[in-house]
Parts: sequence; structure tokens; C-alpha cells
Amino acid sequence: MAKSIFLSYKLPCEDLSSAGEASSGMKNTLKKLGVNPVDIKRAAISMYEAEINAVIHGKGGQAEVEITLDKVRIVISDQGPGIPDIEQAMQEGYSTAPAEVRSMGFGAGMGLPNIAKHADVLQIESSVGIGTSLIMEVKFN
Amino acid sequence: MKIADIANVLEAEILIRGTGLETEIVSACGSDLMSDVMAFGHENAMLLTGLINPQVIRTAEMIDALAVVFVRGKKPDEAILTLAKEKDIAVLATNLPLFTACGILYAHGLPGSR
Repeated sequence: MAKSIFLSYKLPCEDLSSAGEASSGMKNTLKKLGVNPVDIKRAAISMYEAEINAVIHGKGGQAEVEITLDKVRIVISDQGPGIPDIEQAMQEGYSTAPAEVRSMGFGAGMGLPNIAKHADVLQIESSVGIGTSLIMEVKFN
Repeated sequence: MKIADIANVLEAEILIRGTGLETEIVSACGSDLMSDVMAFGHENAMLLTGLINPQVIRTAEMIDALAVVFVRGKKPDEAILTLAKEKDIAVLATNLPLFTACGILYAHGLPGSR
């Protein structure tokens, strides 16, 4: 394997039905590289939740993935409204998602807590009115 | 429990065969909340849900689920079935409600995902 593999995806704009393509692509790449299935699942769930968030709240955005020998680093960025209170957003059950998103099985305030549970590193950078970036890392065991 | 046996006890229609009807399912979860489904570990699992949209298949893909059962007589559209076929995920549809379908499977020895 080369030193690093970079993947880049544009995330759909407010089209929840097509969200998940990027996470699926990343998951398949990790599988082809022979990464441990448990770590693949942790990375896939983390990225998928972040991807869904970017589509729900951020009107789409960008996903950048860097795979190295010992970990995958995923950065999901959007130009949405930003998160005014990150501590509140991290609480299980807290959500600002609209009803139509809830009717699709998301927006129950579990996305960020799920990422925190599955990823080894979760860093949230957010500015109100400018956007949000989620930086996640999953180490390979 | 084999997918073929699950289809039998749930009187379910098999819409997509996934990795095959002899595939062994070792645990299952029933939920309409996809983030809840992703909060737990699953091994060779199956998802039962009353939700009907492509994100159900995406969620199943992320947790490595081998099959999805749509309950309460919900029929997935072509887009959902195409995605499931692409991902090798079996799709079943039953008229039973979620609670009853889960109860029947549990009574047949299929444990819940943890």
C-alpha cells in the first residue's frame, strides 16, 4: 500500500435519499485494502452519520478521506448554519432536524453521540453562519 | 437461523436473495430509528423495520447486515431493491407488524443484536 490514499467526495445537497454514497465508497476501499472488518464498520458508521448530518443540516458539503497504514482520517465539511452549542449537540436525543428527516429514520439526536462512540477521535469545528467540519479518525487494530 | 427459514416463519415474500437463502443470520434488531440501529454491534445480523426508504439499505450496508425485513405490508420500490441487490443484502417483506415479527423470530431462537 502506498503511504497514503486520498478519497474525495462531493456530498449531495439536501437529498437525503442519495446520502451514503461517499461512506459506501470509503467502506469498499477499506475492504479492498484488507482492513479489519470491525474497524471498517466503525469508520463506515462514523462517516455515514456525519454524511447524513451534512446533508440534513449543511445543505451538502465535502468529504475528504485519508487512509494510512494505521488509520483512516475522515473530514466532512459543510457550509450550513453551524452549531451554536456543541456540548448540547453531543447530548443523546438533542436534535434540530426537521420532521421529514425524522420520518426517514434519522434526526433523533443520536448521530454525533454515535460517531463519538465508534470513532477514536472526533473533533468538531463549527462557526455559526459559516459551517461545520467534523474531523474523525478510526485507528486500525 | 437461515434466511429461508426466517421467510417461512414470517410468511414473508423474498424480494432479493442477497448472499443466498441458506445464509445464516445470528442476530436481529427491529427499529424504525436508523441511528439506534448503528449504535450497537451486529454480527451476521438482520434488520426488521417499518421504514421504507433507501437509507434503510444504506444503514444495513454500514453495519454489515445480511438481510432486511420490511414489516406491516410495506413494499419497497425499485430504487430500494436495486440498491439492495447491488449490496448483496437480502430483502423480505411481511404483512406482520414489527413487534409480532420480532416475537416470532425470538421464539424460534434468534437473539437480539447487542
